[in-house]
Amino acid sequence: MSARAELLLPIADDELILGWRNSEWTGIAPFLEEDVAFSSIAQNEVGHARALYQLVAEELGTTADELAFDRRPEEYRCSSFVELRLVPDWAKTIARHCLYEDADERRIKELIESDDPEVAGLAAKIDREEAYHRMHAQMWFERLQDVPQFQEALEELRPMVVERGEHLPEFEQLWEEMTEVRRSVAGATW
Amino acid sequence: MKEREQEFLEYVQSGGQVETTDWMPDDYRAKLVKFIEMHGNSELMGVLPEREWILRAPTLQRKLALTAKVQDEVGHSQLIYRVVSDLGKPREQCLDDLISGKSKFHNVFHYPTKTWGDVGVIAWLVDAAAIISQKALLKCSYAPYARIMKKICWEESFHILHGRDVILTMMNGTDAQRELVQEALNRWWGPLMQFHGNPIPPGDDPMYTWRIKSQGNGEARQQFLDGYVPQIWELGLTVPDPKLSKNDDGVWEFTEPDWDELMHVVTGHGPKTEERLGLRRTTRDETEWVRRVVLPEAA
Amino acid sequence: MIYEVFRQERKGQAFAHAGSVEAPNEEFAEWYAREEFGRRGESVALWVVPREAVHEIDEFVDELGRNYHRVDGYPLKEKLKEARERASRAAAADR
Repeated sequence: MSARAELLLPIADDELILGWRNSEWTGIAPFLEEDVAFSSIAQNEVGHARALYQLVAEELGTTADELAFDRRPEEYRCSSFVELRLVPDWAKTIARHCLYEDADERRIKELIESDDPEVAGLAAKIDREEAYHRMHAQMWFERLQDVPQFQEALEELRPMVVERGEHLPEFEQLWEEMTEVRRSVAGATW
Repeated sequence: MKEREQEFLEYVQSGGQVETTDWMPDDYRAKLVKFIEMHGNSELMGVLPEREWILRAPTLQRKLALTAKVQDEVGHSQLIYRVVSDLGKPREQCLDDLISGKSKFHNVFHYPTKTWGDVGVIAWLVDAAAIISQKALLKCSYAPYARIMKKICWEESFHILHGRDVILTMMNGTDAQRELVQEALNRWWGPLMQFHGNPIPPGDDPMYTWRIKSQGNGEARQQFLDGYVPQIWELGLTVPDPKLSKNDDGVWEFTEPDWDELMHVVTGHGPKTEERLGLRRTTRDETEWVRRVVLPEAA
Repeated sequence: MIYEVFRQERKGQAFAHAGSVEAPNEEFAEWYAREEFGRRGESVALWVVPREAVHEIDEFVDELGRNYHRVDGYPLKEKLKEARERASRAAAADR
């Protein structure tokens, strides 16, 4: 696998799985306005994953969908941090949102400096969207920072940010659900 | 009927529009709140059958489209409950009544979704049935509601195209995929035929009298059949009603839907009613603290 | 708090009332307004205003029927007819 694929797949997988986890709040978020807002963030994340997969797919001779859905669970490079199922805990969800956006910002800013113009270009676009996510995270952080539940959630999740390697047990179930329809009729167009 | 009410009746029946701060008869206000609240409830409950499929969507495009569709529905419920709120019933009270089973939501959202075929059929046909009613509501006498219906109709237009795209892709695919569509259609046809409600003559329908609705139930159903049965048949799909046909007067004939079943379902006895209200209840309880911290006046 | 949202569909057009959102403060209100009334690119600009800041006026006093500064204060049809007839009589008399 190329250096570019090695670099981008973990990020794409993170965005796909985090987008997946954030979509689990659709329809059941704490209140309706936030439901709509959080759904946009989840859509953006899946959108970023798609764009990153597309870049990698070109050189691997495959498609974004095949990369997103047709790998075995052990082949995904996402961090265990994004695999955590946090619904219905809003404190942990926002804690993860804040911690992830923070770490992701550093990662994206590095990509913007890449010698690879396609990677740098895409990273710049992603960063412009992520700027809104960071605003949203900051807004919620300010609102919740004095709430004990939230402080505890931050402390509990903070060490997990840099972990990458073993998938969590819940990832297998996530993969089963995520690929269920796709696997039901192999090779079909949907 | 008192003179002022009579004047009001004549006013709305000749196309007059009513704003939030205008005087309105108690009966008008009560019927309005109940009708609009049911719509809000339906948009919110409609999210639950569909959200499971966001997670199972077989391509990234479908995942994004379905998320956006469901997001629209949540957005619609937000707009609708704001209208109800301004009429005097706060959103949290509406949600209390929804969860306790005191208020109703449309029949179609009480049924299970079993396959990706359901996803297509719902987006294509259930949304189509809904948009027919919604277009008629553009002429609602209560102006704040009529105004949000414009935005709702505009957003619904992509839902139907998305649904049609999902269906057409499957119909052009494998036998197994075509089978998924036909099977889903067979299950959804009954609820679809019941969707617009039992055929009350418009003259007997207080919603029509007050011009809250501008279309009778039977008329809406005919419009649905006229628009969508040809679309269904041209794909080689069959409708599970041997009596369904258009007569020489251009009127669709069909097996009379089971109105007892409809009443039974909307009064909270659908196959998925309890489970879905239960999900709403638990997630609402779990996130109560968030509302207290963020929206203290509303909580 | 309730915030009213006004949207501009295209540059040059008037801002029209789009609806309202519930939010704890201005920052959240802006986020929610942007989402509810702009996520599909349907608006080029929004005004977000706390509900209390919007004052409705729906009574206008005109007891004495002041039509001197309106178009309907100038029914000219009869005068014009009279003037035209007088002019054509005068022209006929000249010949």
